[in-house]
Amino acid sequence: MRYMCLMKSSESNGETPPAVYEAMAEYDRWGRANGVLIDSQGLLPSDAGAIVSLVDGNIKAVDGPFTEAKELVGGYAVIEVRSYDEALELGRRLMQIHKDNWPGFEGSVEIRQIAEF
Amino acid sequence: MGDETTRAAIEAVWRLESTRLIAALVRIVRDVGLAEDVAQDAIVAALAQWPASGIPDNPGAWLMTTAKRRAVDAFRARAKHDAAAAALARELSEAIDEDPGAGIDHVEDDVLRLMFICCHPALTPESQTTLTLKLVAGLTTREIARAYLAPEATIAQRVSRAKRTLADAGAAIEEPSGPERVARLETVLGVVYLLFNEGYSATEGDDWMRPALCDEAVRLGRILTALVPDDPEEHGLAALMELQSSRLAARAGPDGEPILLDAQDRRRWDAARIRRGLDALARADALLAEVGPGAEAGPYALQAAIAAEHARAASVDDTDWDRVAELYERLGRRTGSPVAELNRAVALGRAQGPAAGLALLDQLDDVPALRGYHLVPSVRGDLYERQGRRAEAAAEFERAAAMTANERERQLLLRRADAARGTASGG
Repeated sequence: MRYMCLMKSSESNGETPPAVYEAMAEYDRWGRANGVLIDSQGLLPSDAGAIVSLVDGNIKAVDGPFTEAKELVGGYAVIEVRSYDEALELGRRLMQIHKDNWPGFEGSVEIRQIAEF
Repeated sequence: MGDETTRAAIEAVWRLESTRLIAALVRIVRDVGLAEDVAQDAIVAALAQWPASGIPDNPGAWLMTTAKRRAVDAFRARAKHDAAAAALARELSEAIDEDPGAGIDHVEDDVLRLMFICCHPALTPESQTTLTLKLVAGLTTREIARAYLAPEATIAQRVSRAKRTLADAGAAIEEPSGPERVARLETVLGVVYLLFNEGYSATEGDDWMRPALCDEAVRLGRILTALVPDDPEEHGLAALMELQSSRLAARAGPDGEPILLDAQDRRRWDAARIRRGLDALARADALLAEVGPGAEAGPYALQAAIAAEHARAASVDDTDWDRVAELYERLGRRTGSPVAELNRAVALGRAQGPAAGLALLDQLDDVPALRGYHLVPSVRGDLYERQGRRAEAAAEFERAAAMTANERERQLLLRRADAARGTASGG
């Protein structure tokens, strides 16, 4: 079973400390060597992005940054695991890395199963 | 959160850590049986403690430390009669005091060594696959038994016999190098592909496929490309398994009956796996190009290239059958496998018409390795059918049905025989 893990946090957490990058790179390496991590990417801050929306029949584009959003997706990973609990444990480890290396950080990882037919 | 949840969470940790845990322990205690025993002890300890304490911040290191302490105990128990065990107990216990969790990170070499051990030449192929599932993939005896439709006791016996063989051969302390390492790596790839095929087209029983075995093999293939990133054949095998397994969902109907390539709904092929397969194949090709301009692709990369032709084609008619035939020709030359020639007959039948396929098939009549192989009459039946020789086609399908041990496949072949005969009698 495959899951999309969406890493979310507030942009007010500030700059990512180098220790987090290092720990994430190590976690990434571990995940690939273990055969569970299929794909992962980090996203640039929202000022490099846009939101295109359809409301009341009108399509409009708004440039970033998305200042009004509380939490934004900052990166994603696609994992292939044998159980829901494995996905949960992988998410827990991601939060553990932030807890250990980024004092005061608050965020979440949204774990969603990818539909397979 | 109830006990049930925690138990599932602990099992998840085991799934994620067992390979590296056992691999590192084999290096430390130099005994496959003992390594597995102390790893088991560690997970039993986790099941006793974690429901109350919660999962530790670094569960892998926790399991490692606990397992090492058990190993020290085991060595101490032996120390009375064995001076070497006493020395090991001292050494290991000092190491735990210095850095309790050490040994669980950067264990890629350990994992590869464990794969080498599980594929030791002293073991039979079925012991190699079983042990690989047990120690490298981390499946329980029960899960392996279910995958192989074998009684649990049979699998347990096979595992313990294999571990004895390994101990007798001193497998845990030897480290293959040079040509022996190359040969062993080839065996590892062979074992992983055997596992995959065991799942992809189950040879016996009622199931046409056992997807769980395929998934494990695909995962092992991914691990191997991380362990030996510069070998084209690792990537070739990974590509082959990703591409073939992309068709898993489309290969069986709602009641588990097989659906052949011609009739598959290609929209149900797994696009993500195809993409990963094509990426891995490109990587294999790039590595091969680095070797030199005359370097020939290995059997896995060639088979992956064939699978890629199917993956890229929108339909059977859209397939580049000339290219497929050429790839099978290279594969046959490379491996000497008559099955590659049989497949080339199929491809030629598509590229140049049934007569061309039959001409090649006639040449394969006397090949001993193909005698009793149900796909020979099955292919012949297919080619006859396309020539409109329906009665002959039906007879070939029936012959093939009598030769296969897979019940689903037998039924499919009998249906094809009926269909060929039915249209023949109906005009």
